[in-house]
Formats: sequence, structure tokens, C-alpha cells
Amino acid sequence: MTNEIISAGFGGQGVLLLGQLITYAGMIEGYHVSWLPSYGPEMRGGTANCCVVVSDEPVGSPVVTEADAVIVLNRPSLDKFENSLKPGGKLFINSSLIEKKASRGDVNVYYIPANDIALSLGNVKVANMAMLGAYVKASGIVKKESIIKALGKALGEKKLHLIPINEQAFDEGAKRV
Amino acid sequence: MAKVLMKGNEAVAEAAIQAGCRFFFGYPITPQNQIPEYMSRRLPEVGGTFLQAESEISAINMVYGAAGAGARVMTSSSSPGISLKQEGISYIACAELPCVIVNMVRSGPGLGGILPTQGDYFQSVKGGGHGDYRLVVYAPNSVQEAADCVMQAFDVSDQYRVPALILGDGMIGQMMEPVEFRTPKKRDLPEKTWAATGYDGTKQRAVINSLYIEAEAMNAVCTRLQQVYRQIEQNEIQYEEYMMDDAEICIVAYGTTSRIAKNAIGQARASLGIRAGLIRPITLWPFPSKAISDAAGQCSAFVAVEMSAGQMVEDVRLALDGKRPVSFVGTLGGIIPTPAMIIDELKAIKEAMS
Repeated sequence: MTNEIISAGFGGQGVLLLGQLITYAGMIEGYHVSWLPSYGPEMRGGTANCCVVVSDEPVGSPVVTEADAVIVLNRPSLDKFENSLKPGGKLFINSSLIEKKASRGDVNVYYIPANDIALSLGNVKVANMAMLGAYVKASGIVKKESIIKALGKALGEKKLHLIPINEQAFDEGAKRV
Repeated sequence: MAKVLMKGNEAVAEAAIQAGCRFFFGYPITPQNQIPEYMSRRLPEVGGTFLQAESEISAINMVYGAAGAGARVMTSSSSPGISLKQEGISYIACAELPCVIVNMVRSGPGLGGILPTQGDYFQSVKGGGHGDYRLVVYAPNSVQEAADCVMQAFDVSDQYRVPALILGDGMIGQMMEPVEFRTPKKRDLPEKTWAATGYDGTKQRAVINSLYIEAEAMNAVCTRLQQVYRQIEQNEIQYEEYMMDDAEICIVAYGTTSRIAKNAIGQARASLGIRAGLIRPITLWPFPSKAISDAAGQCSAFVAVEMSAGQMVEDVRLALDGKRPVSFVGTLGGIIPTPAMIIDELKAIKEAMS
């Protein structure tokens, strides 16, 4: 099994963290993993993306050109990465911010109102977790427990109190699949 | 120790700390800034010194000083910054001092761009600065190997009193992978009796110098350096062979491009029946020339893959000495080659063979 994922959106939407959590969870479950960010003079409001590979074999190229799943949180990312998806792949669209529908007919599309879910919970910053919940539910690549464990590592001790709201967003996203 | 998920840059920094590096001097530049950032936090915790110099030239001369006092010391930068350090590196090589230099390569020439390339190969393995000298050059292709190479580089540099260079690129520095910090095989390292740590009258004065006006004196230093380089060529070559057992076409690639090559090899074997293999130099100097030359007995064609206009390919051709054709696949400017580009070349070679 080799699963290649692209996560993309505006800087500040948490798309890099989303990818890191899949990566960390994969590592916890004993897979070979890699996480490669777009890097450079990125800023809040600019675009950001990362490539994640989760595999039961050593990871070759960490650059993803034919993804099994593409997770997009804003419109420019949908335009840029829709064609990077394999036929039969999974496309997760943040329908709160992207009005456009997927143009491809050979992929499975999941419309997740991630910002609406996050706002209903009181914090727009957890929109990425709603997208992640949908991805984990639909793909079954890693377990929710591993993601939450990874989140604890990523947040650090001072921010552990944020886990419940992140978990709620994750669950709400998963329900939409 | 359990595996942790880290960026390549952070893993390089932590590996240096665990290898006993207690001094770091640097100047910021993308894509290696996580190294000084990490060092600025960690070095004070272990009683070390982190200092952001006012320039790369200043930083490398601070390295010269700390190395002269016998300390384990490191600096890191990216391509344009490494160019600025070349004078100091040449001095350090002449003064026969150990240190570790990290280059997370970005695109060039000039100030260039911040994306990964392999355009600094010539600079790294052919000298870089002025004069007849070499660096031991490691080209890791994963975060784990980056950590391993850094730890080993400190030992090798101390053993031979030759500066070591870690040649990564933006991708190796920025990507996250699991890493475990493993102590390298133990070496019998000589005591640093030459270190200039203060004269107390009990032993000979330690003099750190790179100026020899008399030809005989300069000749003696140069000859000694060359003898050491021959020992390094004998003892320190490292490379990986991948799917070479039955290979008919041999790809040679290092660092980032070697990983793309592995994907291409898998696909070419599975879908096209092309038996391709890979020789991956881990040390770029000393270069695994013999391994490549030996593969000519079995492989009828060679392909060098680089993110450059063709630099390492020259050493592949030298190693083969005309015995086999060598073609080249390259990308420029920060574009990472795709497996498809390599497969196209393999197909063309295969067609020419039949």
C-alpha cells in the first residue's frame, strides 16, 4: 500500500499541519512516511501546500504528482491540484469557501463545509480538522486515535486544552462522508 | 531511541549536538534557516555557543577559530552563502582543521531562487575555493541519512583533519521524515595535540596557520594533504546499489534525484520490463568511481540524473573512461525531475539497444 496525498489552501488555514498529522499518524502506525511542504516566502493569505506519502515500503520520491487524495481548502488550490489526482482518487473540497464543483467525472468527490463546521464550534481555525476527519473516514488509511495522538504532539503541552474542539471538528467532518 | 518526525534541517542540527558539536556560527538564508534556529535554542541547553555572525565570511572565520582551538564546530548556509565562505574553507583546509559545513543547496547562479537544485556539485567536490584541496562530501537522500552523515562527518573530519561538507538541498532540509539518532561506528580518534588552547610552557607552541611563503614549506603541506586525501579515497567511499543484481541499464544519481530514480526504476521494471538499477553515491568526494566502472561489465548503458545542467555526469564519464555510453537527464532552476522523464530516457536507450 502506498497512499499519496496533497493538502492545499491559503497560508493560515492549517493545510501543512493537516498533512503533518496524517504523516505523524502514519508513523505511529508503523508506516514509512514523508511530508514535503511548499516553502519560501509564504505568508498568511498566500498559498501553501504539502505532499504526504504513507506507505508500507520505504518512500521513494516525496514529491506527489499522481495523488490518491487531494484535499483543497480554497479555490486556487482546487484549480491547481484537481488534475494531480489519479483516476478513481478522492477529492475533498472545502465547500464553505469553494462554490465551484469538481470538473472531473472520474474521481470521488466529497464536499465538506469545513469553515461552517468550524464556525459552528466557535473557532474557524479548526476547519482543517473537519477536512481531515472527512479524509480519514473516507480513506481509512490511518486511525482517528493516531491522529489525536499526533495532534497532542503537534500542539505541545501548553495547548492540549484545544484537543476537544479539534476532535469535535474532526468528527463533524467525518459525518459528512 | 524511538523515531521522531523531524524536518531535515532540524535533524541535521540535532545530530550535530549529539555528535558533540558545541559551537555554531552562521548567517540566515532560505532554505536552511531551521538549522540556526534549532541551534540557537539547543546549544545553550548543552553549554554550547550559538552566534549569528554579521556575514557568512565572518561566520566561517569564527569556525576557523573554534576549529583551531580543537572544538567540534559547524556552520550551515545555502548556495550563495557557501560561495562567500569559500575563502575561509580554503584556509581551514590548508590549516588542516576539522569542521562540518552544511550546504542546503538552492538554485543558482547568482542569488538565484530558493528551490532545490544540485548545481553546487562542482563547487563541493572540485575544491570550491582556491588551491589544491578537497572536502569529504556527503550527499544524504533522506532525513535519517542526513542525521547519520552529520554524525559521521564530525568523526571523519577529526580523524583526517579535513573539513567535511554535507550537501543537501531545499527538499532534504524542508521535508519531514521519521528519524532516529544513532551513534556511528566507533573510530579511534587521535587526541587534538595540535589545538591552540593556550601556551603554558609544558609543550610545544600550537600554531594554526595557512601561510607558507617558502616553496618547500608549501610543498610539504600540499604533499601531506594529498597523502591524506589518498587515505580517504581508500577508506571512506560510500554508495548504495539498488536493483543492480540483474540491471542492464545503470542510473547514477545522488540525494533528492536518487529517490525519483528509485520510483522510475520500479515503474520501468513493472510496466516496461526494462531492467534498470541505481548506483547512488553517498560520498560525492571521494566518488565511487570503481563501483561505477565495475558495473560496466554488466550494464551496457549509464544515465546520470541531476538537478543541474550536468556536473556529476562528468565524474561518471571519467569513471567509465569511454567503456560505455553515458546519457544525461537534468532539470534546472528548482524543477524536480519526474519519474516519467527518467523512464523516457530508459525507453530511448532500450530501443537503441535492440
